[in-house]
Amino acid sequence: MGKYMTSVLGWVDQRFPLTSNLKAHLTEYYAPKNFNFWYFFGSLALLVLVLQILTGIFLTMNYKPDADLAFASVEYIMRDVSWGWLIRYMHSTGASMFFVVVYLHMFRGLIYGSYRNPRELIWLFGVGIFLVLMGEAFFGYLLPWGQMSYWGAQVIINLFASIPLIGPDVALWLRGDYTVSDATLNRFFAFHVIALPLVLLGLVVAHIIALHEVGSNNPDGVEIKKHKDPVTHIPLDGIPFHPYYTVKDIVGVTVFLMVFSAVLFFAPEMGGYFLEANNFIPADPLKTPAHIAPVWYFTPYYSILRAVPPIMNSQFPGVAAMGLSVVIFALLPWLDRSPVKSIRYRGNLYKSWLAAFVVSFIVLGYLGTKPSNVWGTFGADVAIVGGADVATVVARIFTLVYFLFFVLMPWYSSRDKTKAVPERVTA
Amino acid sequence: MANQVDTNRRRFLIAATGAAGGVAATAVALPFIGSMLPSERAKAAGAPIEVDVSKIEPGAMITEEWRGKPVWIVNRTQEMLDALAKNNDNLSDPMLQVTSQQPDYCNNPDRSIKANMLVLVGICTHLGCSPSPKLQPGNDMGADWTGGFFCPCHGSKFDLAGRVFKGSPAPVNLVVPPHKYVTDGLLVVGVDAQGEA
Repeated sequence: MGKYMTSVLGWVDQRFPLTSNLKAHLTEYYAPKNFNFWYFFGSLALLVLVLQILTGIFLTMNYKPDADLAFASVEYIMRDVSWGWLIRYMHSTGASMFFVVVYLHMFRGLIYGSYRNPRELIWLFGVGIFLVLMGEAFFGYLLPWGQMSYWGAQVIINLFASIPLIGPDVALWLRGDYTVSDATLNRFFAFHVIALPLVLLGLVVAHIIALHEVGSNNPDGVEIKKHKDPVTHIPLDGIPFHPYYTVKDIVGVTVFLMVFSAVLFFAPEMGGYFLEANNFIPADPLKTPAHIAPVWYFTPYYSILRAVPPIMNSQFPGVAAMGLSVVIFALLPWLDRSPVKSIRYRGNLYKSWLAAFVVSFIVLGYLGTKPSNVWGTFGADVAIVGGADVATVVARIFTLVYFLFFVLMPWYSSRDKTKAVPERVTA
Repeated sequence: MANQVDTNRRRFLIAATGAAGGVAATAVALPFIGSMLPSERAKAAGAPIEVDVSKIEPGAMITEEWRGKPVWIVNRTQEMLDALAKNNDNLSDPMLQVTSQQPDYCNNPDRSIKANMLVLVGICTHLGCSPSPKLQPGNDMGADWTGGFFCPCHGSKFDLAGRVFKGSPAPVNLVVPPHKYVTDGLLVVGVDAQGEA
């Protein structure tokens, strides 16, 4: 049997670089030996991607991208299709868990400086993946054709309409109709099930190829390729990805699937945060629900949109600020001027700013789920902010902190008191 | 001789081929981009609508659909009309200086052809939600509310002529669509003396 396998493998290897690729990316890809908890989320993101593609394929077998049929076809999947509820809840839970995992993955990059030279391109591909993922979530959310689907799409497309001069024509072109309609639903379906997944897969491959070209960063932010065995040229602090990290990741996958299943089976709507109550009402173009809010993973940016007041009779500044709050991540490799990469060797100045950023992100995210009068209004006798909504003023302050984290980074990261970085990885 | 390469000629040919290919690629892209514009059927569905307004009670509102958007028709009472001028100090554009928001024949204090009959596109000028009618004074909108519309999405407020209050996220007044009266009680939305919108 073994001999037979070897000869088959030899036959394949002469025609396709199977063994050499397995070596390059798994058995002889040397990753730093000090990976910790934060290094689970890359492989978990890949797992969720596979899950979304798989469940998505089965959902398209019963879903109908037609404004007259879409809502009922989702209910059909939920009630009549064998195991349809399970597959649909896996897909909707997967969407939220995708963002949980990706946000934690990005935070890892932030605290250990994984975006720094020579890994700028890995980071840029990653930002691209994040943008496409947001597009996937947005296009997919229209498909159930509920009230939140409809009015969410209406608001987001109208963001484009606020672009000076060309805006209204761009919005018309995106919708393919004068309002969000069957034409819009049909094309969003095309984007969601084929166009963006193809781009996403391409970017994920590019992300991993770039990573395996320069090698993984680690919690110490030191380059393991600087110290190689003189004979084998293997990094002294490196261990082969397989079996060491494949086994470690299996543990991560197991724990992740426990959490995933708990949500899937006990709280698939997650109290309205994963699936909103208003989306169980069919889309009605003539009536907006009393309170609309995006799904939780978009709320920090939505808060920023609401926080910026109209300037010169145009809401474009708010729209621009929201767009900027997402793409500004791409500039991190060039904004960070610290001599060290990892948070382990940074000083209190950087740590304070990072903490302020995390608090801003969470507060903005919370406020984005609530109406702007959630905390009442300031009394008319209060100076400057008299009569304004408390939540709006708070959102404005944290929007400022959010952007200052990036804008001031060249300054505070370079004058931060850093500690000496060891030559080799520590633990 | 045969092995010598004329690099200038080669560079010119590469540039020329690239340029021609670029033109061809653009030309091929245009039909695809164009296919995403509203189809002929979608355009046809945007035809004008006729509305019988003779049965609307004073102080009441009806909602009709034009181009997939809600069109509100409010039969305003004399008190409602009298209250309009009271709001002027609190409005962003009380004198209707942003002229794109109404046809010229509605550029008057009531923003209407017939003083009592308000015709508006019920879509918030902020991000396109449909505001809720709050036609009666006071109630949950506060004591100084003279009646109007409130957008639930981001809190924009409009008076009973569709004019936006200061401090709202909406930048400009609600749109008055092109409309005309065929007879006293028959309103047509989407067409006026100048032709179809």
